Amino acid sequence: MTSVLIEARGLVKHYGDFVAVDGVSFDIREGECFGVLGPNGAGKTTTIRMITATSPVTQGQLSVAGLDVGTEPRQVKAVLGVVPQEDNLDPDLLVRQNLEVYARYFGLGRERVRQRIDEALALFQLDDRARSNVDDLSGGMKRRLTIARALVNDPRVLILDEPTTGLDPQARHLVWQQLRLLKSRGVTMLLTTHYMEEATHLCDRLVIMHRGRILIEGRPHDLIAEVAGPQVLELRLPAAERDALLAEFPQGDGVSMEQVEDLTYVFGGGRASLLAAERVSDPHRAHLRPGNMEDVFLLLTGRGLLD
Amino acid sequence: MTAIPFTPEVSTGAFRVWQRNRDATLRNWKTEFLGIAIEPFAIILALGLALGRFVELESGEEYVEFLAPGLLALFPMFAATFECAWGSYVRLEMQGTYESIIATPISVDDVITGEILWGTTRSLVNGSYILLVAFLLNPWLHMVDSPWAVLAIPVGVLPGLLFSSISISFASIARAMSHFAYFFNLVINPMFWFGGAFFPFDDLPRWFQIVGWFVPLKHVVDIYRGLIAGELAWSMLGSLAWLAVATVAFYLLAVRLMRRRLIH
Repeated sequence: MTSVLIEARGLVKHYGDFVAVDGVSFDIREGECFGVLGPNGAGKTTTIRMITATSPVTQGQLSVAGLDVGTEPRQVKAVLGVVPQEDNLDPDLLVRQNLEVYARYFGLGRERVRQRIDEALALFQLDDRARSNVDDLSGGMKRRLTIARALVNDPRVLILDEPTTGLDPQARHLVWQQLRLLKSRGVTMLLTTHYMEEATHLCDRLVIMHRGRILIEGRPHDLIAEVAGPQVLELRLPAAERDALLAEFPQGDGVSMEQVEDLTYVFGGGRASLLAAERVSDPHRAHLRPGNMEDVFLLLTGRGLLD
Repeated sequence: MTAIPFTPEVSTGAFRVWQRNRDATLRNWKTEFLGIAIEPFAIILALGLALGRFVELESGEEYVEFLAPGLLALFPMFAATFECAWGSYVRLEMQGTYESIIATPISVDDVITGEILWGTTRSLVNGSYILLVAFLLNPWLHMVDSPWAVLAIPVGVLPGLLFSSISISFASIARAMSHFAYFFNLVINPMFWFGGAFFPFDDLPRWFQIVGWFVPLKHVVDIYRGLIAGELAWSMLGSLAWLAVATVAFYLLAVRLMRRRLIH
């Protein structure tokens, strides 16, 4: 039986009259990668700040590795590794010093972490930059160093708040590779992201938050199958042709449609979608593709449905 | 919701923060050292000798002798204020250093305490160096009359803590780098001129002396003046007590303000 490392029950956070987090509950189990998706302002970062004991919980229970966050913040922070949204590496220290000084914050002396730091620098491909100034690193290197820094205390849970935001595709894929490697080594992760691909590939389970609440929870592929369906038909057609085509679809039966400007989405159309895609006058105006996390996300947090 | 204790909750983490600042400073020790090394010579030359030629004191002492306790109080004050006003603000706001530290087992109270201890360290290093220069120049300038002057170093811990606490309190409410103009123009500069470093207070109007009593630097200068002259007085204990009370008050204020800034 896997143990629960982070347990939230009815978690609430108020800022004056503003409710940033409105009663969320979740469990993060040992060894899994748990994702939190949501538009800006959904309460993701506030939730993370509560877990990392830098924002007092207004109401509800929150424990990390069995420790209450409110009463034992130091012990909680000792078992966490935090990768913040914005890099806050120490520009007054060299690359390697960043890791050594950070380890010291956990009461770990230089000798004790020497080997771990060597390994981390090698793993994150920073070993030849150990004596560099932090400001001379590229964005991708800084991110990798920030992740390496979060691992210096051998944390039970690695918390990643939008770890690849602002990176170019190469740097992002490198970070993904490294996170997958960490996952295969059994590192438990809590990840927030705006990249649906990231969430789909890395997360075992995820929640989508909106306006401080959890809308849905599940495995990425289950959520896609359940909410968006296996296939999505995108149409960009003149109104008359579109209406004629859509009239062919069976009513009800799990089919849903969504009109966004001149673009029509058909979810759960099954065989009817396949036929419709073939009958369109101009094949460039129809696109049949697998459902994805972005569909799930937009359906739940974004726009109203047509039907 | 857990109540936040009023008393600061400090651990060895404060020392880790102090070590971080030491390591960061030692990385740039050459530039840091150059500024410290030249400062007292420049000021002794300019104020003590050049300006001093035009100053005749009632006590009959040379102006440069009168100036010595003032310099010993002023420059360590600047060392502490620059470190804990600009320096702390940069670490707090521009570099996110505090944010990264409080994600570890170190608390906000530790961070502030470590910062204040570091500001104090810098002011002590600065003060010790000025005293050393004064001793070295003694055969010519007679700036130090008594070996009691050495006590200025341990006593200097108190103003070091005080000025660091005052500065970091301001850093914790500043919202932009430009706000420090208020701090330096309204707090530090008046203290520089009216802290009793440059002219004797005794002959000035009574209201001036009353105002002076509220100026922290005045108490520091009074203590150093006594030590350097070797004329110990009970009033120096009073000044010491004044500084101790102010230090505790501003330390607690700094911790409260910075908790509010970082934990929300």
